[in-house]
Amino acid sequence: MYPAAFDYVAPRTVDETLAILADRGEDVKILAGGQSLIPMMKLRLATPETLVDINRVPGLDAVEVADGHLTVGALTRHNDIVSSEIVSAENHTMAAAAPWISDPLVRNLGTVGGSLAHSDPQGDWGSVMLACGAEMVARTTRGQRTIPVDEFFVDLFTSALEPDELLTEIHVPRYRGPAGGTYLKLERKVGDYATVGVAVHLQLDGARERIEQAGIALTAVGPKNIKAVDAEQALLGEAPGEDLFAEAAELAAAAAEPRTDVRGSADYKRSVVSTFVRRGLSRAAGQAGRG
Amino acid sequence: MKVTVTINGTEREADVEPRVLLADFIRTQLGLTGTHIGCDTTSCGVCTVLLDGTPVKSCTVFAVQADGRSITTVEGLRTDGELSAVQRAFKEEHGLQCGFCTPAMMLVATDLLESNPDPSEDEIRWAISGNLCRCTGYVNIVKAIQAAARSAQPVGAGE
Repeated sequence: MYPAAFDYVAPRTVDETLAILADRGEDVKILAGGQSLIPMMKLRLATPETLVDINRVPGLDAVEVADGHLTVGALTRHNDIVSSEIVSAENHTMAAAAPWISDPLVRNLGTVGGSLAHSDPQGDWGSVMLACGAEMVARTTRGQRTIPVDEFFVDLFTSALEPDELLTEIHVPRYRGPAGGTYLKLERKVGDYATVGVAVHLQLDGARERIEQAGIALTAVGPKNIKAVDAEQALLGEAPGEDLFAEAAELAAAAAEPRTDVRGSADYKRSVVSTFVRRGLSRAAGQAGRG
Repeated sequence: MKVTVTINGTEREADVEPRVLLADFIRTQLGLTGTHIGCDTTSCGVCTVLLDGTPVKSCTVFAVQADGRSITTVEGLRTDGELSAVQRAFKEEHGLQCGFCTPAMMLVATDLLESNPDPSEDEIRWAISGNLCRCTGYVNIVKAIQAAARSAQPVGAGE
């Protein structure tokens, strides 16, 4: 299968990339890992006139702690997250999700930023970032802006990025107290899309008695990744415990908008959401020292 | 566009349209047909090659992306006409039946053993989880990779 013909450009700097994006207008696509874009181009679901390959732009794949957050360069490969000691020390939700993304070969090329910009509701990073309250940093020739993750996913395959914007990095807040998190994913086989995925983040107060921050987000059960706001609210200020987690799980299941398909019925998926949220919260509380 | 790659240690230059996929470039323009094409939809992994040493699905990379980079295909596993330890092990342990997935399996195994010379069965199964085999049930593939690991270890090591 061959994609429709396109112009290929491989800039060497961010500024050069931004200039090309500004110049080429709407029918331009950024090629990062290509593990979703190239299949879509082969199926002619995407037919960009210009493909801007950013893989030769240095400096877009750093993973580091700076200014109170974990910075993840947009071009960071999924497998670089799997093997990152910084991520495993800093963020349990990200560390848990990375090994479950697609398959090992796709993880070698696919990128965190590409996955987020693709805005597939079956994408795992979207839920991770929603649960953790991340921010997306995007640049154009006109300047830079920061997009809170809960404003980033607009609709199916639609992010808040403008056609001339380049997602350069993601800022994930650091833990400021006892915290934990995880990602649970049900898939039929390695490399399949999620039947259901759930990302969880919890932070407790210093005495480990009350929940200070709660993040819950759902994969593959709606037109975009869903932040389970009611479930999060129900947890805030409360003492962690199984009854509370069961209540939050029901609220999260109510926020899901699953559809019956080859991967399962809507009822089944909703039930998996509930089970995963309960399990995820228990695990996160355990990591935060309230097992 | 002009593309220069080092494939199995040899530099090759060719003219390609940007939309030509690396798998087709290798098979058609470079004439190396050991790299197979299966699903053509980023699912089966039979088109795996090592790109700068990293296993990738060559049906999901454009040839122009490989410009200036180094590629290893199954044809590059032999040295001086001798099969590599992984190739010998696949032969001896019956790690293949129809052979269609075998080039990819051996490349992934080669990459695995470079970073992890003594992998557990779980680690082997995890490493090949992006590569489908429709014949073997994977049992003999796993055995072959275990045998390759043993044959590459100094005698007595890892006991």
